[in-house]
Amino acid sequence: MIKTSTLVVGRALRVLTLGLAIASFGGGALAAEAQSASANPELEARMMAMAAELRCLVCQNQTIADSHAGLAEDLRQQIREMLAKGQNEREIMDYMTQRYGDFVLYRPPFKASTALLWAGPAVLMAFALGALVVVLRRRQRLGDDAFEPDDAASESGPPAAR
Amino acid sequence: MKTKLLWPLAIFLVLAVFLGVGLKLDPREVPSPLVGKSAPVFKAPSLIQPEKVLRKEDMLGKVWMLNVWASWCGACRDEHPVLVAYARNGGVPLYGLNYKDKREDGMGWLNQFGNPYADSLFDPDGRIGIDYGVYGVPETFVIDQAGVIRYKHIGPVTPDVLRNKIEPLLKQLNKA
Repeated sequence: MIKTSTLVVGRALRVLTLGLAIASFGGGALAAEAQSASANPELEARMMAMAAELRCLVCQNQTIADSHAGLAEDLRQQIREMLAKGQNEREIMDYMTQRYGDFVLYRPPFKASTALLWAGPAVLMAFALGALVVVLRRRQRLGDDAFEPDDAASESGPPAAR
Repeated sequence: MKTKLLWPLAIFLVLAVFLGVGLKLDPREVPSPLVGKSAPVFKAPSLIQPEKVLRKEDMLGKVWMLNVWASWCGACRDEHPVLVAYARNGGVPLYGLNYKDKREDGMGWLNQFGNPYADSLFDPDGRIGIDYGVYGVPETFVIDQAGVIRYKHIGPVTPDVLRNKIEPLLKQLNKA
């Protein structure tokens, strides 16, 4: 009974995911077509590449390229116009950070306020590896009698200490 | 042996503190890089008198507030009575930035709920909004005599924010 119901749920989920995947793929293709038709495709590609590096502040965790929020559309238009005026990527990124701060960048520069963000994972990893080494070294120094015998060894070897 | 047993507790406490602090932080409140910098220059028509042009230069020499609002913004409706009461009691001039709105909608809103603003800049395509780093309406800026942004509040201004944050700052700025 339980087995069949999980099977049914599993199948339903699979169908649903497939449906969603198809729907989102189709939608994405349509949206891209509608947009690049309006301007020259080369500029549009540069604009989208930049938009993919910028965070949408209205719906955080989405890029400006992905978001349909009004502000994201305005900022894409702003990038488009600045590129058309001949400004380069760096100037446009500076323009955005002057207004919205480093927070708009998905890859913020390394400085005091972002040091923890960039170095945090490496520091945690180093800490964990260090702890592992200490524990292993300590165990290495212990005598055999500090460990419980393996299952296979317990049959032939001496009885456990405990 | 005993210290070993305390390790999980210590780790748990550290995690609990981090998560507790995380709960109190509002990720929507992004510190503005504009605070302490000169307010962006603008030149915009007035919402109510389309032929009148408002410029940043006209504001120099006085402390004033710029409140970003729109008729489509729900939180602005909560904030509005606070601003109306503030304007009625005097205080520094309050200017509005009517952000991505239609002129008739913006004027209708002021007629319906009252107009606390000395004037409102009309910014239908949100260009001035981008210059001011606006991402969530309502937002409120305090700008000093020299045209420098001194404070930015994101979200509706509450009586509490007004009393504890904005008014002390205004008092201090007006003394200078």
